[in-house]
Amino acid sequence: MAYAVQTSSLTKYYGKARGIIDLNLTVEEGDFFGFIGPNGAGKSTTIRTLLGLLSPTGGTAEIFGKNSLTHRTALLADIGYMPSEASFYQNRKVREIIKLSADLRGAARGKDCASEAARLCERLKLDTEKKIRELSLGNRKKVSVVCALQHKPRLCILDEPTSGLDPLMQREFYQILEERNQEGATVFLSSHVLSEVQRHCRRAAVIREGQLLISDTIENLGHTGAKRVTVRGLKEPPLSEAVRDIKRNGDTMTFLYSGSPQKLLAALASLPLTDVTIAEPDLEEIFMHYYTPDGRRQTPEADKEES
Amino acid sequence: MTLLRHELRQGRISLCIWTAIIASMTALCILIYPEIGSQMSAVSGMFSDMGVFSAAFGMDKLNFGEFLGFFGVECGNILGLGGAFFAALLGIQALAKEEKDGTAEFLLTHPVSRSGILLQKLSALFIQIVILNLAVIAVTLLSVTAIGEQPDPGTLSLLFLAYFLLQLETAAVCFGISAFIRNGGTSIGLGMAALFYFVNIIANLTQKAKFLKYVTPFGYAESADIITGKTINGPYLAVGMAFALLGTAAAFFWYRRKDIR
Repeated sequence: MAYAVQTSSLTKYYGKARGIIDLNLTVEEGDFFGFIGPNGAGKSTTIRTLLGLLSPTGGTAEIFGKNSLTHRTALLADIGYMPSEASFYQNRKVREIIKLSADLRGAARGKDCASEAARLCERLKLDTEKKIRELSLGNRKKVSVVCALQHKPRLCILDEPTSGLDPLMQREFYQILEERNQEGATVFLSSHVLSEVQRHCRRAAVIREGQLLISDTIENLGHTGAKRVTVRGLKEPPLSEAVRDIKRNGDTMTFLYSGSPQKLLAALASLPLTDVTIAEPDLEEIFMHYYTPDGRRQTPEADKEES
Repeated sequence: MTLLRHELRQGRISLCIWTAIIASMTALCILIYPEIGSQMSAVSGMFSDMGVFSAAFGMDKLNFGEFLGFFGVECGNILGLGGAFFAALLGIQALAKEEKDGTAEFLLTHPVSRSGILLQKLSALFIQIVILNLAVIAVTLLSVTAIGEQPDPGTLSLLFLAYFLLQLETAAVCFGISAFIRNGGTSIGLGMAALFYFVNIIANLTQKAKFLKYVTPFGYAESADIITGKTINGPYLAVGMAFALLGTAAAFFWYRRKDIR
């Protein structure tokens, strides 16, 4: 299997402060991969190490099978990167920045970029005559999108790409990414907006406090053994065991259930409820499932054992 | 080359302002010389007789009644100090400003090696210092012709060469510091230039502090010594150029493996 990204025991400390610890992450070529974690979990540290902006304290990071530090310059030619906070030279016009970014990729490649850049600017409705300092956060993000994609990179690394973009632009942005992915590009994006990862990515990894908790397909991540149960007409949950995250709204109550289905059905059968739904929890809930309040790591296996 | 062009464009307004100020001040000084020159010969003795104060500015060795003597002290201050401030700012901001403004992340995620970035930034720095000096030399020659003076071309060339090297050294040392800091460093740059200047004044004051001439580029760019000796002090210059190389080498050593946060 060819990997676009592969890290082994990747570790980064900033002095004594933790960045990431022993990270083993793989992203296959052609994948659409989501990297999920709360602020400060180590998403940006991982990405910056992949890009060679940071030297790892330990372990290695490889892009397309090459060490990301020793082959940094060659690898960057195949990467389109969008930082979480896009900063450009304030006194320059948008078109100048886009041209600069293209030219920095070499004269030959720079020429090919112009038509693609124009297409992207049109789709994103980006005014290229404005100065960078006049742009809103959302528009700066759009400049960043064009700079990251105009050279049609093999690997797109996007750090919280949609923050600041309005919903229409987010949709257009993901449309573009999906087209690129269909053309063969690998997409690796970090986010703490789980719904977008669930909607667009095929695989995802969850990082917390610098450590990788799980990496799997979105589908498998959903199979945590837990179900989201919604019942109408009850004041208390039908069972006391294996029930978490109880929420009440009027006469409707929902909870996460990770016990055996037979027990649940048997308990429900004898109660005067008026409606019931049993569904897979969405990624948001799975995310919370890995982030228990006491900071203890919970895996699906641990959950099953509990029940 | 893309980055070099970009750097020159980013710096052009600053270059224009500094060049205009230094060139116009130099021209002004030269153009008022005929008026004050005749009075100068009368007070020249007084200027060179103010003990340590005269020594501090090299006025004990210069004859203010002669054009080169006047030019040495005035130019030493305008092009020497002004040029040093300009060079220090260029050098200190070269790398640190990118990190302060968050543009380092943009720049360093393009396929340009860090050594390539350093080389192009250094070239831009060198070109800007050359442009400033050429402009000031041109304005000086025009002004000197306008007032009908004919200073010794060899000595004048040595003075300009010394100021140019002074600026290169200051820029290179600050460039080295720039690789280590993340916050722009404007105050460090201006402080370095001022420090170099005052260290030279202290070195002029007492024989015991003479060794400080090795530390500051103003040591070899001392107009009084160049005009009277018709040469740039070799050992001071050699140590100064060694500092310049050290600054550049430190930048390469550190920046190539620096973490960009």
